[in-house]
Amino acid sequence: MGTVHQIISIDPMTRIEGHLKIEVTLDNKKVVDAKSEGTLYRGFEQILIGREPVDAVQITQRFCGVCPTPHAIASSQALDDAFGITPPDNGRVIRNIMQGANSIQSHVLHFYHLASLDYFKGPEVPPFIPRYEADYRVPKSVQDSLTEHYIQAYQARLKAHELCAIWSGKMPHMASIVPGGVTIRPRIDNITTSLWRLKELTDFIDNIYLPDVITLAQIYRDYLRIGPSCGKLLAYGQVDLDANPDVTKRKRLFPMGRIVNGKLENLDPKKITEDIKYSRYDLPSHAHPTRGETHPNPQKANAYSWLKAPRYDGQVYEVGPLARIKIAYASQTNPKLNKLVDDTLNTLGVGPEALCSVMGRHLARALECKIIADEMSNMILQVKLDQPVCTDHQIPKSAEGMGLWGAARGALGHWIKIEDYKIARYQAVVPTTWNASPKDDKDQPGPVEQAMIGSVVEDSDNPFVLARIVRSFDPCLACAVHLMEPGKAVKKFKIC
Amino acid sequence: MSVKNSISRREFLKWAAAAPVSVSFLPRLALALQDAIKEYPIIWLQTSTCSGCSVSVINTIHPSIKNVILEQVLPGNKLILTYHGTLMAATGALSIETARQSAQKYQGKYILVVEGAIPTKSDGVYGSIGEDNGNPVSMLKWIDFLGRNTMATLTVGTCAAYGGLPSAAPNPSGSKGVSEVYEMLNITTPVINIPGCPAHPDWFIGTVAKILLYGMPTAKELDEFGRLKLFFSRTVHNHCINRDYLDDGIMAEKFGDEGCLLELGCKGPFTRADCPIRQWNGGVNWCINAGALCIGCTEKGFPDEHSPIFQRR
Repeated sequence: MGTVHQIISIDPMTRIEGHLKIEVTLDNKKVVDAKSEGTLYRGFEQILIGREPVDAVQITQRFCGVCPTPHAIASSQALDDAFGITPPDNGRVIRNIMQGANSIQSHVLHFYHLASLDYFKGPEVPPFIPRYEADYRVPKSVQDSLTEHYIQAYQARLKAHELCAIWSGKMPHMASIVPGGVTIRPRIDNITTSLWRLKELTDFIDNIYLPDVITLAQIYRDYLRIGPSCGKLLAYGQVDLDANPDVTKRKRLFPMGRIVNGKLENLDPKKITEDIKYSRYDLPSHAHPTRGETHPNPQKANAYSWLKAPRYDGQVYEVGPLARIKIAYASQTNPKLNKLVDDTLNTLGVGPEALCSVMGRHLARALECKIIADEMSNMILQVKLDQPVCTDHQIPKSAEGMGLWGAARGALGHWIKIEDYKIARYQAVVPTTWNASPKDDKDQPGPVEQAMIGSVVEDSDNPFVLARIVRSFDPCLACAVHLMEPGKAVKKFKIC
Repeated sequence: MSVKNSISRREFLKWAAAAPVSVSFLPRLALALQDAIKEYPIIWLQTSTCSGCSVSVINTIHPSIKNVILEQVLPGNKLILTYHGTLMAATGALSIETARQSAQKYQGKYILVVEGAIPTKSDGVYGSIGEDNGNPVSMLKWIDFLGRNTMATLTVGTCAAYGGLPSAAPNPSGSKGVSEVYEMLNITTPVINIPGCPAHPDWFIGTVAKILLYGMPTAKELDEFGRLKLFFSRTVHNHCINRDYLDDGIMAEKFGDEGCLLELGCKGPFTRADCPIRQWNGGVNWCINAGALCIGCTEKGFPDEHSPIFQRR
């Protein structure tokens, strides 16, 4: 009693992918409680049940139009695992190229078209007006160049899509990825035209994107502290450098792992669970994705999100480029990466802890974008003409498979169970389900919620600080809310 | 908020003088010079979608997305993107207030673009955008409000046109395409479908240009699925680059094989779209040219009518 709390809500959170609502409780301008709420339910995994296993690759990539590529890859890898096959070198390499191109596309789109308008005023026409009355601090010269770069970035991300489509057929939603590898038989012109599109992209990243992020970080230095990370980071890694059938032992450009108390730790996929105390689903809770059930209950008391709450060993973890960069740095497997991170932090005059913040997430994303783009000419040159692209498969009567990969937004896991040659169960635990998750069974808030708690909202009519925090995670709600499971729910939710 | 001419008449004259304009354009150009620039407010509503159609439309090359959202998309014609959940600066209540106000201010004059299926089960509880007095406003309610007051609705993508993936069996959220929802709600404003998973940017820009320059398409110009015949009249199979393989009996038996993809499940013969000629992403490629089969993504009933995807129909 005595304390007057004010609740403010941002619904819809625009300039993200999908449908998200944010609600916070303020005590004297300070956020004391925060809720991140997914507001759309599609039921993709229920749709998958009973279908042909191979069809999952085409269906699951339609979780998300910004990042269909990692879903197609994670799904194909889950099927590779279930079928007991590994792709030939060409199949592995071409999948990597597709992912690289999509990551560049996604990171550029996120920084310029989704996030940057929180920091500078665009042209005085819709869709750039109306906008929050925020503390836009950039001087006129920076504002003008950011506006110009906002437009140039449209062309850059379009080029990245072309780079992907050269191998995938089209983007978004790629045609050529299948279990066992890919379907495209490479020609020399695929290689040359890819290399020159890549050159345009590396020019853009080196001369425009990364410098712009550094400029904003210098102007908005307080955002190198605001929106801190929950302290634990997790990544499955990205870009396969070999074809080890055991994904936890596979060599990757960005390795799999966790950061706990600043230290690098191993990752055991068996310790991943999903809680549903505050999610609009009925029991059971705290189950592994291969055993979880999903019974939607829109009226469930105290539930506030269509997202479940994934946890590792019962703990809250943040995923994303920040996690991948930190884990790769700690693993010391890539000296170029460590030097790039050190140089960037030196330019800003901050320590590594500054990465765990709003601006730190933008920096990590831009650094990752550069590392991937720099590596891609090697990937493209590894493609071998007249060599196989795909390993043939037989669909087993029953099998289980797991695909763990890195989407642009973070750790992405697909789990499939095949029975009687058909999909019996399919679960995807996606980056935004980790980051934008509601509280778990132990009432621990999710990473986005934790990042908002403690922040100060000066003007509740213009809660731009919250928008900046949330967007730094690059939320993708279309991916996050699609959970479903077989069994009774199928009948229960059959449309009349 | 206000919508104003962002390019002055003088600037426009300068632009028009510099732009290469074909002879057939000239009468229209003269008209455009006499009149004020025509502005078409657009409300772009994303419902049960993956956002892939927005991502695809911003891949437009000529015109570029800058030409589309900041300049005259055609001489004398300007689109005003008043609401677009992924691109607009505004967020929260400010953003949906913009949508409400635009719909009221331009009643009967705005173009509604819908991207995504509409969850209809249990009064649309499975999808909401924003709040009204603390209560979530369902996507179904938005469609009811915006669809009734629009000049015309363009559905972008197969989800908005026919329900698409969210409506695949067992359709957990009761998702439907716009025409079906309009029928349910007795909304009679015109609908033009631009299907595809995603819709091709040329199909969207082309449909908009057709309306701006020539008015609403006649019934004759649309097929039985509400698509412009201009883009969707012939099957993918008709113009397929693999036709000679089929004629010669060279059939792919497994992924990565050379040959016609029919035995692997290609839906080209059942799918009407101009992909083989138009191609995708600036013409760099398209599904079959990447050794992949056509999955029938522009058709009503996708994906179920064409499932299993990887089996011969």
